[in-house]
Amino acid sequence: MAECHPVGYQWVMEARARGAKVFHIDPRFSRTSATVDRYLAIRAGTDIVLLGALINYVLSNGLDFREYVLAYTNAATLVNKDFRDTEDLDGLFSGYDEETGRYDPSSWAYEGDVPEEEEQTEGGRRHAEAAGSDSYGARGAGASATPPADPTLTDPRCVYQILKRHYSRYTPEMVEELCGIPPERFHELAEAITANSGRERTTAWVYSVGWTQHSVGVQYIRAAAILQLLLGNMGRPGGGIMALRGHASIQGSTDIPTLFNLLPGYIAMPHAHRHDGLDHYLEREGADTGWWGNRRAYVVSLLKAWWGDAATEANDYCFDYLPRLTGDHGHYATVMGQIDGTVKGYFVVGENPAVGSANGKAQRLGLANLDWLVVRDLMLVETATFWKDAPEIETGELRTEEIGTEVFFMPAASHVEKEGTFTNTQRLLQWREKALDPPDDCRSDLWFFYHLGKRIRQRLGDDEIDRPVKELTWDYPEIGEQRDPDAEAVLREINGRAADGRLLASLRELKPDGSTSCGCWIYCGVYADGVNMAARRTPHTEQGPVALEWGWAWPANRRILYNRASADPQGRPWSERKKYVYWDGTKWTGPDVPDFEEDKAPDYVPPEGAKAQDALGGTDPFIMQSDGRGWLYVPSGLSDGPLPTHYEPHESPVRNALYAQQANPARRTIDRPENPYNPALSPRFPYVYTTSRLTEHHTTGAMSRPLPYLAELQPEAFCEVSPDMAEELGLENGDWATIVTARTAIELRVLVTGRVRPLRLNGRTVHQVIMPYHWGYSSGGVITGDVVNDLPSIVLDPNVYIQESKAGTCDVLPGRRPRGTALLDLVERYRHG
Amino acid sequence: MGGGWLSRWPVIRQLKGEDGRGQAARSARTDALRPRVEGAETVARSVCPYCAVGCGQLVYVKDGKVTQIEGDPDSPISRGRLCPKGSASKQLVTHPGRQTKILYRRPYGTEWEPLDLETAMDMIADRVVRTRRETWQQTHEGQEVRRTLGIAGLGGATLDNEENYLMKKLYTALGAIQVENQARI
Repeated sequence: MAECHPVGYQWVMEARARGAKVFHIDPRFSRTSATVDRYLAIRAGTDIVLLGALINYVLSNGLDFREYVLAYTNAATLVNKDFRDTEDLDGLFSGYDEETGRYDPSSWAYEGDVPEEEEQTEGGRRHAEAAGSDSYGARGAGASATPPADPTLTDPRCVYQILKRHYSRYTPEMVEELCGIPPERFHELAEAITANSGRERTTAWVYSVGWTQHSVGVQYIRAAAILQLLLGNMGRPGGGIMALRGHASIQGSTDIPTLFNLLPGYIAMPHAHRHDGLDHYLEREGADTGWWGNRRAYVVSLLKAWWGDAATEANDYCFDYLPRLTGDHGHYATVMGQIDGTVKGYFVVGENPAVGSANGKAQRLGLANLDWLVVRDLMLVETATFWKDAPEIETGELRTEEIGTEVFFMPAASHVEKEGTFTNTQRLLQWREKALDPPDDCRSDLWFFYHLGKRIRQRLGDDEIDRPVKELTWDYPEIGEQRDPDAEAVLREINGRAADGRLLASLRELKPDGSTSCGCWIYCGVYADGVNMAARRTPHTEQGPVALEWGWAWPANRRILYNRASADPQGRPWSERKKYVYWDGTKWTGPDVPDFEEDKAPDYVPPEGAKAQDALGGTDPFIMQSDGRGWLYVPSGLSDGPLPTHYEPHESPVRNALYAQQANPARRTIDRPENPYNPALSPRFPYVYTTSRLTEHHTTGAMSRPLPYLAELQPEAFCEVSPDMAEELGLENGDWATIVTARTAIELRVLVTGRVRPLRLNGRTVHQVIMPYHWGYSSGGVITGDVVNDLPSIVLDPNVYIQESKAGTCDVLPGRRPRGTALLDLVERYRHG
Repeated sequence: MGGGWLSRWPVIRQLKGEDGRGQAARSARTDALRPRVEGAETVARSVCPYCAVGCGQLVYVKDGKVTQIEGDPDSPISRGRLCPKGSASKQLVTHPGRQTKILYRRPYGTEWEPLDLETAMDMIADRVVRTRRETWQQTHEGQEVRRTLGIAGLGGATLDNEENYLMKKLYTALGAIQVENQARI
């Protein structure tokens, strides 16, 4: 965090100065490790073992926050009698199909929940193929509102008991054997987090892509969620699980997604084989209880925002104008489509896949097989220049004169040359004022897509397939000489309007009958009463610590989600020390926006047949879940199991000591010649690598390598290794090393430091290689270097299709890599050697 | 302060003075120094474009140029602080290596060529319309899909919400579904 989110880290330092104990768990010793109470080196790819052991420690010592757990989680809920755990099946859950590598999740359901036909359920085959669980960014999957439960927590089929059995083998000894963390260090951590949780205290977890970029990435986060729910650390001040996101508006890019499987507000893209019309779609996408029960209002309001008067009840509000998914259309599937020639044209906007995505060679082979490519960026990124300077040109795999791709480089406006909102890592929208016009041909992406859309519309005829484009609402005021579309007008459309044009103040006003429009239901209220709330700038010195008058957070300007849980079931603060949102006898109040309806009393019991929020009782804080409970166990929606389970990374030098099942059985592999894998447990690839970032650079370097200040601070690509490993291999500090995987070999400077510690696993030593990935080959940067992301393979988490770039295997050789075809020969020997 | 040049030499004054960093360190040159932001004509309230912490930035402009970018002391998130990247962001928007002109590489070409903005926009619009029509899929495996797999997009996560919104809206209306973002990666 100190390394990659330095200014946010000031708050951790401040907490520490006030007595908070801070642990840092990371394969890499960074600037964070240097400033905490305890640094724990861990083998990359084993965090579920550690988190599982912490869960086991809590459960076997009875340290869970029982009142919270009973009232606010699904611990007591009973699970289907057909469910079989990994305990029963040696690392598999019930429902696994060897042939397809997929789960039928129907046996994981709550008792009494009758799932639909298997392949259609949330988490089932069709849903999983289209990465359906991405839609849980703002809600839970569908399940019963009032499933049977055993409040004594003794029924062997209740979640609490299943959890206990599942994690019983996650012991401190296993943590030592798989993670490389000694038992005394584990106990120090376990004692600290349990002592620091409960009525009086809370513990927070902070993670980043070190937890997500794995073939079990989603389950890493789930494991932390279980731990935090058991300890009563969700929805309370000082608690939570904080995702530290790496880009200025990466949260916004998920909320208003440019993602294949989502529409704005985590509404799933319709699937040709799962959804017929709008009604059928709504039926299949989640439950009718909890706030998501209002989804018809959210979806219809979006369609009204896009197709205006053309969207009527009679035509399902143009629901059929939405193109349909039939499977995986994600980033890596798209690259394979480029190599196969089905993808002809590609827009790359402020992104640099030739350096930033896993298996860079596959990316570049895809780019080289396009008809046309549009790259929009501040500088000539590698994705724009690949046709003249890609590594494949040097090896002879590609020849400039034989690459047919037509390339348009369109220079972009910088963040100070346009206005608009970023959504930061805590869901906070902040409006940026424009300081000046962009120079020369530089234009904002808003300008580009708006004017491109206008030109496309002018070129269309009366064909039926053109109607969705021609009838699209695409009329924004144009400002100034450069005719910039008015970003505030776009934000107002996102916010939404009533039938009379009035800007909506809250998502509670959204209607299912087509009388409201709203471009993104979770952002409804950002322009309440005609005020750009994201532009509010009351200084922190003039308001309380929650700072509700600085920017605007979704939903409803709420700063801590599920804050009903900060009070006990009766609505009283859990303690004076942790007082936050509470029931004052007539209403919910506190320094934040309560997430409950203001007058919903703690003793509210839903009437029979109630829908949406009315179906949640006064003690159900998790208002986006069908049962209002925090899910320790996930009965539907996930494609690789209801409980986090440790599997080794796809490429690992270590056998899974917990189960016979080595790697995530549902992980997605791409078995093609462009994407060869290192075999698991291969002696040819004995070292673990992980990739990382440095304070002085940003992702692929497009926004940092061209800056002389930053280039001077961190001039050269390097790998960091331990003195032991350096001695073993004859690596010299400051000299070169060649890193080899089945994909390619790259060269990096060697940094030998005691910060990297060899891990002792059950008597065996495992060395880790740490590699920042900010460099590339383009002369657009002041500094250049080999592409670290050329090393990882494409192997994906089965829920959301993120690649496993944070844990892989490699070999390391002293000296520089071979040039030309000799490089290909070296890699070939490794593949078949 | 009287005396000869030696006694006016700051080194001597700093050695002799009680506080070597105060009055003793002053010189004609330091007296003439002005803050970079003093002459700014406008100040825009902005947000750092690097990581997702969202630190406040103040962007100072004079004569149509960015003269300084500093942390916004009012921000409850950053309280005026910026990291090395945020502090260097004036270079991000002003560095000489920034590409400000459109470049075009024709198929099988070996060099970039210049292109004007209007022509480039028309050419791109033509390609979208043509590729969409050539690769249109009305049905797939017996189901209506109304889409094209011929056009794809990948966006970075420094895009504004308003930009992502218009992109998704346009792509979806065109039937392009392979629309992705750094947020997946």
